[in-house]
Formats: sequence, structure tokens, C-alpha cells
Amino acid sequence: MIKVHNIYKKYSKIQALEDISFDVPRGEIFGIIGPDGAGKTSLFRILTTLILADSGNATIDELDLVKQYRLIRNRIGYMPGRFSLYQDLSVEENLSFYASIFGTTIEENARQIEDIYNQLLPFRKRRAGALSGGMKQKLALCCALIHKPKILFLDEPTTGVDPVSRNDFWNMLQRLQAEGLTILVSTSYMEEASLCDRIALIQNGRFLKVNTPENITKQYQRHLFAVSSDNMSLLLGDLRKHPFVTSSYAFGDVHHITVEFPDSSAKEFSQWALQIREFLMQCGHTNIFVSVISPSVEDCFMDLICLPQEQAVPASLSSVVNDD
Amino acid sequence: MIQPNDNYSIMVEDLTKRFGSFTAVDHISFEVKKGEIFGFLGANGAGKTTAMKMLCGLSKPTSGNALVAGFEVGKDNEGIKKNIGYMSQRFSLYEELKVWENMRLYAGIYGIPEKQIKERIELMLESLGFQNEINTFVKSLPVGWKQKLAFAVSIIHNPKIVFLDEPTGGVDPASRRQFWELIYQAADKGITVFVTTHYMDEAEYCNRISIMVDGKIAVIDKPQTLKMQYHGRNMDEVFRKLARNAVRS
Amino acid sequence: MMSKTPFSAFVRKEFYHIFRDRWTTLILLIMPMMMLLLLGFAITTEVKNAQILVLDPSRDEATRMIINTLEASEYFEIKGEVTSIEEVETLFRKGDIGMVLVFSEHFSDKMLHTGKAQVQLITDGSDPNYALTLTQYATAIIGGVVQEFSAAQGSIPCQIHSDVRFMYNPTLKGGYNTVPGVLGMVLMLICAMMTSISIAREKEFGTMEILLVSPVKPIVIILSKTVPYILISLINLTTILLLSVFVLKVPVTGNLLLFFLLALLFIFVSLSLGLLVSAVAKSQMVAMLISGMLMMLPVILLSGIIFPVESMPLFFQWLANIIPANWFIKAVKKVMIQGLGFGAISFELMILSGMALLLVLLSLKAFKKRLD
Repeated sequence: MIKVHNIYKKYSKIQALEDISFDVPRGEIFGIIGPDGAGKTSLFRILTTLILADSGNATIDELDLVKQYRLIRNRIGYMPGRFSLYQDLSVEENLSFYASIFGTTIEENARQIEDIYNQLLPFRKRRAGALSGGMKQKLALCCALIHKPKILFLDEPTTGVDPVSRNDFWNMLQRLQAEGLTILVSTSYMEEASLCDRIALIQNGRFLKVNTPENITKQYQRHLFAVSSDNMSLLLGDLRKHPFVTSSYAFGDVHHITVEFPDSSAKEFSQWALQIREFLMQCGHTNIFVSVISPSVEDCFMDLICLPQEQAVPASLSSVVNDD
Repeated sequence: MIQPNDNYSIMVEDLTKRFGSFTAVDHISFEVKKGEIFGFLGANGAGKTTAMKMLCGLSKPTSGNALVAGFEVGKDNEGIKKNIGYMSQRFSLYEELKVWENMRLYAGIYGIPEKQIKERIELMLESLGFQNEINTFVKSLPVGWKQKLAFAVSIIHNPKIVFLDEPTGGVDPASRRQFWELIYQAADKGITVFVTTHYMDEAEYCNRISIMVDGKIAVIDKPQTLKMQYHGRNMDEVFRKLARNAVRS
Repeated sequence: MMSKTPFSAFVRKEFYHIFRDRWTTLILLIMPMMMLLLLGFAITTEVKNAQILVLDPSRDEATRMIINTLEASEYFEIKGEVTSIEEVETLFRKGDIGMVLVFSEHFSDKMLHTGKAQVQLITDGSDPNYALTLTQYATAIIGGVVQEFSAAQGSIPCQIHSDVRFMYNPTLKGGYNTVPGVLGMVLMLICAMMTSISIAREKEFGTMEILLVSPVKPIVIILSKTVPYILISLINLTTILLLSVFVLKVPVTGNLLLFFLLALLFIFVSLSLGLLVSAVAKSQMVAMLISGMLMMLPVILLSGIIFPVESMPLFFQWLANIIPANWFIKAVKKVMIQGLGFGAISFELMILSGMALLLVLLSLKAFKKRLD
């Protein structure tokens, strides 16, 4: 459905996209995952024919991105990063306006959108500007679906939206997928990665990895432990003092650490866990838990971005913690 | 009237805000201890932003009382503003100014004595590890760095409380964690941190959290206690259980 | 429910935008009237009861007659006499005095015998427009008196012959100048400024991205943006005309059809200017600044509404020629005030048509099918 080959895009000095290539087969949810400023929006704008790439080419539904852009525009639905609704028009007016610019009406497409539209019905006379974040997001999705597109481009649809609404939104996407839509979605929430069929991790305009979430976590090379104790903030600094610990970050109610074993590690992981535990006890920690865990996509992402640019990350934090 | 108490930075009693017939914030009451990291959670439209605006002295409560840094909300907003810092995801450093120019500007805005400004800025640059970026334009900094800088600037005047409104939205996972370490650092210095977020793992980093549902505070406690109470493996599950009950959106 | 064609849906949406925002409605419909009344009444170049002082060493029949006639006119009021020229300056500084009349000695004698007598008019040059008007009025009145006086004395026709006539505006009303000027300004404001702002707003709120991605042709987007403003312009045109006829008492002497034709042409020019601006401006603020600074200000300053272009440096007079509104204002004066026909404004029409063609071509070229 989407085929992208070697796309480059540069804005004055900043290389926004560098050698981007990927394919998305029909009916797949493909996630582009990375922080703000990684190049997600540039990529979406290129693929929705809004801007031109400097080099490289792509096809959408077998149509050439540059030469056949008019035809492409009929087949795609696009939800830009900022909610692109008319704030002073009501829910209903927004929908019927978008319907009419695609030469259709709400009634003609009632079935396509009814699932989401029913949730909006109680608010249909309310101005879009007065809706909550979750409702705006649903309305924007409705607007993008109104002309029965084959492919959906959703640029950060869940940014700034609370976990419950985010969950609802992904459920909707999965139902749309079941109806045969191909969906390209970007997000900066790492935990949403597992909801995609395949993902691309993007940072500084480059794809770090393209694969299924499972394969990406399988390819993780490091030894990962979860650690907790009674004093979590002190624990973070103490872990960094351990000679074999290469990184230590908070992950919810535990800290994740990666451990670089000294050469020819014959010992079992569990023994290393014990060793770390003893080290922490010497530091005065109580109620210590250390366990081997399998990585999440977020662990993989952090590993991928931290490796090449260890120097670029300010060293201040470790020094700060050491002062404590 | 609330009796001032030195142990608390924020004391809220029956705070209410109505817009016409709509009650955005419905009689909320809570306290935040000095030096505490307090997570203020809630679904979109639950009333978080409205409540936060009142506490920052930007909006007048319809009824109820609140003391922020010892000053009464709605009566002594100038006193509040002098003693708080504020930063949001949208909080804009001036993109066309350099790093030090932004710092210099905000130091001036917050009324730091001329003599101390240079010293403060150097201290701040050092603690952020930004010494080499002093002449960089803010617009060319990565998002994660911008947020860290914005946070540092928001506490440049050593406020008693800092309000953070979704400070880590869209920031990469590594920078997000570094950001939280800055929050801890501030809390260790005795600054009370009042923070909202949509990342539920970040809720775990708070000393205590509250979850707002339909304008009311549904629960308020330590993350650990809440997880036990609601039988959730993590805060995400706790949040969903509570926010699912929301009527309005 | 909106209708099925994109175009009518667009136009309807545009009207929603306009009428749901109180300020926009106010700016579009009320401000033009306010501008007309403000400029018509308050900022007026008319002279009424200007205070003058007299230095009259002659004190003869002729000077008395001049002084009396000035006093009798509604334009001047004799405030008093001074005895020496030195006093004049201190009195001017106080600011109440508009003009001082200084007669030479033996005024009547000189006039009757040599045919040459002198009267000096001293005005405050710091407000050149006002000063100019004062002296023009005074010269006209004095000229009349002198003629009358010499005729009565039966002497040779006097050589001081000043004849100032105010064509087409015999009572010297400011409105004759104001109405065409305000028309030019209002049409420019609504068509150029509001169109460019409304397009910039779509860019700012991200809705333009969706419009561009939709199959709607750019020309439809452009046209649908302009239609509401054309309609509103025509409404304003009518209200301004009604106000000027019934409130400011400025009659429309020319052909009304020709007048509307002229206005439509100018609306067209302004719209294309607005579209050109919107192609450059990414935000409402930029659109407002560009249209405000580059279009409104020159119209206000260089169109002769407030300052006469004739007394400006040559460069500005030249600059005034490339402002479309000036040609429109000139033509409106001819049609509306002088009651002239098509032939008289053919030159202005030609220039405006040329500008329209050029601007439409430029703005169509500048409008993008993509974002950048």
C-alpha cells in the first residue's frame, strides 16, 4: 500500500529526514515512534503530498507521490498533528463541511463512521473548541474518515490525551484495521508501540529500526534488570556507582539497569542479581528487589539512542546524584 | 478561612469554579506538603487545568479557599506569583533568543538582583551541563533539552512551589527521565513540585498523587497505596479503573 | 445541513466564521460606518470661527471693510487688535490664534492711487494644511472686498485680484473629500486584509493541511474565500453611500451604475492583493502586519484623505501613483462628486484593470498546491 524509497528532506541547515525507506502492506497498522522533532511530521507531510522530498520516491496505493498526487489525495485520510478542526464550528458543522469538500455527506458514510460518531452525538451541537481533548481527537478522526479513504495517516493523534481516551482511540484503530484500512500512525508514547503490527523507531530524521515490536525487543543485546528498594531516588545514584552498570533509569515503580558483564561471563544472571543486591545492601538500602526482565520497546529505544551519543547527553545528572 | 500552616505549601478547601451552569472544579480539598512531589492527574476535561490556573493566581475561584505559599488565592495573587514557578509543555522560552539571553531575561522578569544574575546563570548552566550551549539559539536545541532549560528557568528565582503542566509531552524517553531527575533535585532543595502528566510511569515517581474525575478529586494517596487499594499492577490500571467512571467528557 | 457542493459549503463556513466572532462582525460591518462618520465630522479640514488678530496702522475705510467682512463670515472671528508686530509671536505661542492680518500703512490711499496695497497674512505653519486653508479662505474674502471697494470708489479696476473658487464643493465641506477616501480604505481593509487574515488562519490552525490534501481544487478554495468578502463589501458600499447622502449631505451626482462598476473593479484589485499577501503570510499576525503596514498605511497617508498629496515631496507623489486605492478615489470623486461619465474615468479604469490583471496572475501563481 505504501512504498517509500530513500527519502531525504532538508530545511535550511537541519536534515529533517535521512534515507527513509519502508513498505507498508495493505491492512497493516504501521507505527512511527520517536520524540518530538525526530522528523515524524515531515515524513507525514511528504507522504500526504503536502510537501516535496528533496530526493527519493514513494508510491501510495501504486500511485506516484509527485506525479499522481491528485489521485492520491482522494484515497487518503489525514489527521495532522494539531487538531485541525474549525473551533468556531459545531461538531456537526465540522463533519458536514469536511464531507462536502470530499463531495459526500454524513449520511452517505454513516456506516463507516457510526461507531465513533455515536460517541459524538450527544455533543453534536457543541463548538469544536469547547470539546475535551479526547472528544476533539475522535471528531478529527471522524473527519479524516468521512470520505472512506483506503489509507489513514494519523500524525501524533494521541499527544496530550489522557490514558483512557488513548486506549479508546487505539481500540477504534483496531476496528478500522479489521475493516481493511491501512493505517500509518506516529506517536511519542512508547507503550503504544506494542499496539502496532510493525514499527519504525525514528530519531534525528533517521530510522533506527523497522520491525515488529516483538522482533525489536528480541534483538535487544543487553542484560536488563529491574531494581527497587525503599529509597528509590537514592537507589538511582547508587546503581550508577556500580562498576558494571552501564545505564540506570527510572521506569515507573522500578529502575531499569543495563549491566555490562566483565569478560567471559560464565555466571548466571541470577548470580549477578545477587551481586548487585549485595552491593546495594552495602550502600545501606533496604527491601531490595533485583530481577531479570525482558525489555520493552522503550528500553530498546533508549538503548538505540543512547549508544551513539553518550557524550551528547549532559553528564550533570550523575554528578548531581553523586552529590547527594 | 484556612489557618496557615508552615508544613504545607498548598492548602485547598472546597475550591470551586463554575462557568455558567458548568462546574469545572467541584469543591476540591487537599494539602501538599513542603518539598513534596505531588502528581495531579486526571482525564482530559476533568478540571485539572482550571484547578491549576486558580492555584497559580490566574483565575478567580467561584467559591472556596486556597493558600498557596501562604498567600490566599483570589486575594493576594501578586504574592502567589512572586513565590511560584510555572512551566508547561507549551511554555515558551523565546525561540529566537540564545540560551543565556533567555536566562538573563527571566532572571530579570523574576526580579533577581542585578548582582546575583551572573552567578545564578552560571550555576544553572553548570547543573544542566549546558556550558557549551550558552550561545545556542533555543530553537535549535532538541526538545528534551528545551524542556530541561525551561524547567531550570522556571525555578531560577528559587520559588517555594513550581507548577509543571505536562512538562514531558513529546520528549524522548531518555530526556524524560533526566527531566525527572531535575525534579528530584529541585525537591531536595525544598521546592514543592506540583506536576500533571499523561505518562502513568511518571505518576509512580511522585510522593503522592491525586486523580480528578468529573471536577472532583476521586482519590489522593501514595502510588503504592493506590495500587494496593485498586488491585492494579501499575498506575495505568489504577487510572483507568477510576477514570472509566467519568460521566462527562 | 450543509449542501453537497464544496463551494457552497465553503462559503457558508466562511460566513459562520464571520458572524460567530463578535469582533469580526463588528470590524466588518460597524467599523466602516464609524470610520466615515469619524473622518467626516471630527477630522475635518473645514474652517469654522478661526480666531484672527489684526494689526492695522491705517485704520481707514478699506481696512475696516475687510475686517468687517471677515468677521461677518462664518470662517473667522476677530479676536482683537495688536499694536506691534513683536506681540504677534507671543500670542501665536499661546496657540489660540489661527492667523494675524497685518495691513500696511495708508492702505486705502495706496490702493486707490497706486493700485498696490499690501496686506500680510501670518499663519501657524506647524499645521500646514490648516494654515493653507486659512490663507486661501482669507485671500478669497479679501479679494472680494477689494474689488467691491474699488468699484464703489469708481477708480480703475484694482490690480489686487485674487480669485479663489472652490469647484464642486462650494460650501467647502470636508465630506466631499472624506467619502471617496473612506470608501477606498474600507474596501481595501475588508477585501485585502480580511481575506488574507482568513486564509492565514486556516494555515495557523492546521485546517489548510486538510483542505490541501482534499481533492478540492485550489481555485475553489480561493474563490470561496473571496465571495463572502465581496458581498460584505457591497453591503458596506451601500451603507456608506446612504450615510454620506443623508448624514454628511454629500450627494451622488453621477451615474450609480458606473459607480458600482468602478467599485467592483477596485474590490477585485483588493482581493487579489489580499490573496497575494496570504500566499506569503504563514500566520494571522503576519497577514495583518503586511496588509496593515504595506496597504492600509499608504492608503491613509498618500491618498489625500488627511494630507494633500500635492504638497508632498515628489517621491511620495510618485509613490502615491502605484497605490490602487488612489486611482479608485480619484475616479470616485469624478463620478460621485463631479457627476462625470465613463469617458472621464476611462484612464483610471484602465490603470485599475491593468493592476487587477497583474495581481490576479501573480496571486494565482503564488498560491500553493502544497504547504511550502
